[in-house]
Amino acid sequence: MLRYSLRRLATALPTLLAVITLSFFMMRIAPGGPFDQERALDPVIRANMEAAYHLDLPLWHQYLIYLGNLLRGDLGPSFTMPEFTVAELFAAGLPVSVQLGGWALVLALLIGGGLGIAAALRQNGWIDVAVVAVATAGSTIPTFVVAPVFQLVFGLSLMWLPVGGWQDGAARNMVGPVVCLMLPQLAVVARLMRGSMIEALRAHHIRTARAMGLSGWSVVGRHALRSAMLPVVSYAGPAAAALLTGSVVVETIFSVPGVGRYFVDAALNRDYTVVMGAVVVVAVFTIVFNLIVDLLYAIIDPRVRYA
Amino acid sequence: MTKPLKSLLLGSAALALTLSLGTAAMAQMTLNRGNLDDPESLDPHRTSTLAEANLMRDLFSGLVALDAGAKVIPDAAERWAVSEDGLTYTFTLRADGKWSDGTPVTADDFVYSWRRVVTPDTAAEYAFMLAPVVNAEAITAGKMAPDTLGIVALDAHTVQVTLNAPTPYFLQMLTHQSTYPVQRANVEALGNAFTKPGNLVSNGAYVLADFVPNDHITLAKNARFYAADTVAIDTVNYYPTADAAAAVKRFEAGELDINRDFPTEQTEDLSAKLGDQLRVGATLGTYYYGFKTDKAPWSNPKLRQAISMLIDRDFLAEKVWQDTMLPAYSFVPPGIAGYDAAALDYAEMSPLDREDAAVAILTELGYGPQNPLPMELRFNTSDNNTNTAVAVQEMLAPFGVQVSLVNADTKSHYAHLEAKGDFDIARAAWFADYSDPENFLSLCKSGTGNNYTQYSSPEYDGLLEQAAAETDPAVRMTLLGQAEAVGVARDLCVVPLMFYSYHNLVSDRVLGWQDNVMDVHPSRFLSLQ
Amino acid sequence: MHDHISAHSQSLWSKAWTRLKRNRAAMASLTYLVLMVLACSFGPMLAPNSYSELFQSYTRVPASLSAYPRAEQIGPAIEATAARARLDLTGWQLQGDTVVIEVSARRAIDPRAVQYFDRSDLFADTRLQATDDTHATLTAQIERHWFFFGTDATGRDLFARTLIAGRVSLAIGVLAGLVAAVIGVFYGAIAGFAGGRTDQIMMRVVDVLYSLPFIFFVIMLVVFFGRNFLLMFVAVGAVLWLDMARIVRGQTLSLRRQEFVEAAEALGVSPFAILTRHIIPNLLGPVIVFLTLLVPNVIILESFLSYLGFGVQEPMSSWGILIAQGARAMPSANWMLAFPALFLISTLFALNFLGDGLRDALDPKDH
Repeated sequence: MLRYSLRRLATALPTLLAVITLSFFMMRIAPGGPFDQERALDPVIRANMEAAYHLDLPLWHQYLIYLGNLLRGDLGPSFTMPEFTVAELFAAGLPVSVQLGGWALVLALLIGGGLGIAAALRQNGWIDVAVVAVATAGSTIPTFVVAPVFQLVFGLSLMWLPVGGWQDGAARNMVGPVVCLMLPQLAVVARLMRGSMIEALRAHHIRTARAMGLSGWSVVGRHALRSAMLPVVSYAGPAAAALLTGSVVVETIFSVPGVGRYFVDAALNRDYTVVMGAVVVVAVFTIVFNLIVDLLYAIIDPRVRYA
Repeated sequence: MTKPLKSLLLGSAALALTLSLGTAAMAQMTLNRGNLDDPESLDPHRTSTLAEANLMRDLFSGLVALDAGAKVIPDAAERWAVSEDGLTYTFTLRADGKWSDGTPVTADDFVYSWRRVVTPDTAAEYAFMLAPVVNAEAITAGKMAPDTLGIVALDAHTVQVTLNAPTPYFLQMLTHQSTYPVQRANVEALGNAFTKPGNLVSNGAYVLADFVPNDHITLAKNARFYAADTVAIDTVNYYPTADAAAAVKRFEAGELDINRDFPTEQTEDLSAKLGDQLRVGATLGTYYYGFKTDKAPWSNPKLRQAISMLIDRDFLAEKVWQDTMLPAYSFVPPGIAGYDAAALDYAEMSPLDREDAAVAILTELGYGPQNPLPMELRFNTSDNNTNTAVAVQEMLAPFGVQVSLVNADTKSHYAHLEAKGDFDIARAAWFADYSDPENFLSLCKSGTGNNYTQYSSPEYDGLLEQAAAETDPAVRMTLLGQAEAVGVARDLCVVPLMFYSYHNLVSDRVLGWQDNVMDVHPSRFLSLQ
Repeated sequence: MHDHISAHSQSLWSKAWTRLKRNRAAMASLTYLVLMVLACSFGPMLAPNSYSELFQSYTRVPASLSAYPRAEQIGPAIEATAARARLDLTGWQLQGDTVVIEVSARRAIDPRAVQYFDRSDLFADTRLQATDDTHATLTAQIERHWFFFGTDATGRDLFARTLIAGRVSLAIGVLAGLVAAVIGVFYGAIAGFAGGRTDQIMMRVVDVLYSLPFIFFVIMLVVFFGRNFLLMFVAVGAVLWLDMARIVRGQTLSLRRQEFVEAAEALGVSPFAILTRHIIPNLLGPVIVFLTLLVPNVIILESFLSYLGFGVQEPMSSWGILIAQGARAMPSANWMLAFPALFLISTLFALNFLGDGLRDALDPKDH
């Protein structure tokens, strides 16, 4: 398994390089640069600033410099916050996003999975109808509506929770962001789980086991759940990569210092190095979680072999 | 329990109570300020944004400063003298001025700092703030050595500055953070890292205690500040508040004492709820549209006037911006001492007369509903910019001016304008760096970078040059007024639409807050109830 | 062979349709969606107001089934209009749908003053009767306007705007969904059918695109195509095909091993013909199910982009733009959020239920 994992990671390197190259050139071809703003810079000052960031070199040269620095683990300084390196910004923000996203993912899997199973066992009963309705609502109401409503209700009206802020990760401050991150995921997990569980319960060997008088729970727990989990696991992989790297909407509205907003703000500010840092982080997360999904698949379903 | 013992116990309880009350009264005073964005830099010479300016005013003391009412007061310099010809300024530093590490603030610090600002390697965005100083521009362009800058230390506490021309607003410019001092030893020892918490040595009322990007910046009172005993607030937390709607909720929940913004669409609601905690007032900023004046048919000032006349600025300011803007008929906002802005001719005309005049011009030029005039309006994306553009589109439609809207993100928008890209009319804005009309009017000077409309008039340029050479402040203001009458009122090098106002949320707890046109509120003048 | 397949698929489709008809939630959703499409297509023409007209006198008025102006709005409007016309108001009274206004002025009254009243959205057909040079009586008809969903910040009718926005949102959802489906089906089918090295390379390209941060990719597309929203969504559709390609490839791999495909190959039918005649028709079931889930995803994505400020060009609108504006106006002017949100959410609900119904109907394992 270790050898398989290492080989998989090694073959992912060309993918990573392709992702970096694609993003680098896409970003640079986009109109506008980091020094374009409401107030035009004096040409002399602008030239000085561009020289300080090597922006005056030909693009291919800048690309080679970037790759060279990257190989040495140097992501460069940020354009918009030149006193921070990209590595420092991510070192500060990534743990925040990972904490929030991690909680949201775990809760979505547990609660969503539980709801899905409950709905499947009572197919077309009232629990089922309720779960489907809640799940659909969770995935259709935009987060930028849910989050301010959450603040109004729990922060301003009931005063149970702070409206925003991080306070070094106090539990009270994490509730809102985690709930808002979780809801859409919970919905998808519940729907997936319900669907695959219904299918699993219909499968031949489960029906046989049930007919042979094995109790409902042990059948569900031991046999049906195993195969029903597979679609959820394959969904959770990419979802984890997306969740753990933060959400611009939730982080902005709740004022938490994650990295999600770099994906949008940095792209809009043409903060080239931060954008590239974000690209690298997401690509690495995606590759790693795809690998984890494959390994989990093999553990859950012994028929799958390492290919 | 015996009586004496009881009274002793009571007495000690009372003592404990007074003690605890006493400590409560002397408890740490913490001010939570919502501050729009994170600073891009904490190096005063590399800062440019409003959010940074707020921080710099707390951390550093320049030669002069703005007080709570935005009047120029002595700061690191205790007094100064200006030569007869207005070219030489001699500043005497206060003897008790100290850096936060205990070393004295000297004239050398200022000489070092100002040379650093204009040095090309520093790549200071606001290097032009020192442009009036002898050789500054040549040094920034890399044509002269930094030590040729017109600033010398006469002794440890005396700085002498020589200017190219008399510059009546020079002291105003010195309130800008790019002229603040940094400590030479600090910068040279730590390089780029000198601005990190724990490293930064500053000479203002506060020192940098903590900085977590996207989260908060904490400033602690600087015990070595020369006026430390007048500083009431011990700790200031600055929070970036990118989402104004969320920031308002945090303010209402008491998590923020001050916020520098609120969504204008909620103005009515908020003023009902928050009363005079909502502070709205005129500031030195203009929201304008600009025609591409070097392109037909917009090169015709008459056509520009006709379209300007058809824009109902009252509706924009009152309805679209919910009274958080004021209708503008001049480029230079009111509130600059000694200056009377030259207003557009039709400022006082009734809307009907204005329309008749506009239609007459359009008819004369051959435009009208039968022969429509297409016009592409470019703006950078935001709710209020969009609403403004939509309103203008609808105002012009009945008169045969067919406006098509093109919006882009801020970077793309200004990149397009700076690259002299094609457009018919475009949105822009200008905020004063210092309180002087020249700061606005130079935008219409031929060939300057911010002259997006490509306006070029020898007459206008000549008036500005005449004003620059004038030593009598009153005459200078008159000349600037004449320039505005020519460039703006007659030629519409820009079409002023609205004056910005500051919109602050200030909690009742905050004492010492004075509304002012520069919207400057250093924490050292504030205190909490 | 060909006939056999089409007969087979015909019976498959008619069976699926029968099963779908039995699913009440799916049928209700289908009906709702048809009504929504009709409402958004023809509603804007039937709505009392145009979606782009500014009612300057009615900015941010709440939703109401009864007509504006309200009785209490008339007085202030008369005062404001008189002030604008520089007339002094001495009195006014309402007689049915007509107001009679007494005014005076210091100088002679300009007869053009009636234009100020006519231009206001409250009055029409204003007439001026001068009693002497400086006194006059104005009679005006009250104009009735209906704003069922209220108005926005610039005084535009949200009823008309919500409907026109639905047109844009639905069009974008379907357009981008179809683009993604077409690319995904062909790409996945070709990769799965070709197999071997071609398959490996093609799927590696999918991996690369998959590893890009999606938001970044979309923002770059907006920056490039920002001026043309439809073009942008063609581009977004071109990004969303990745899942589709993976699903289709998997299905194709298993179809390839089916007898009828192997038989066709043995008979020397060209690969292209096999692909278009045998593989792709058999993929339609899962593709349609996936599409009903993709369309709501595109609509949500569009609303997210609108929240970030990359919506369609005004005066056009989309549900996402309206909701984003409404969310910012909250907690005042709640109607600005409520109606567009109701339309968006109910439509997504219906699409989801229809998707579930279709999956059940098309799923051969069901019987």
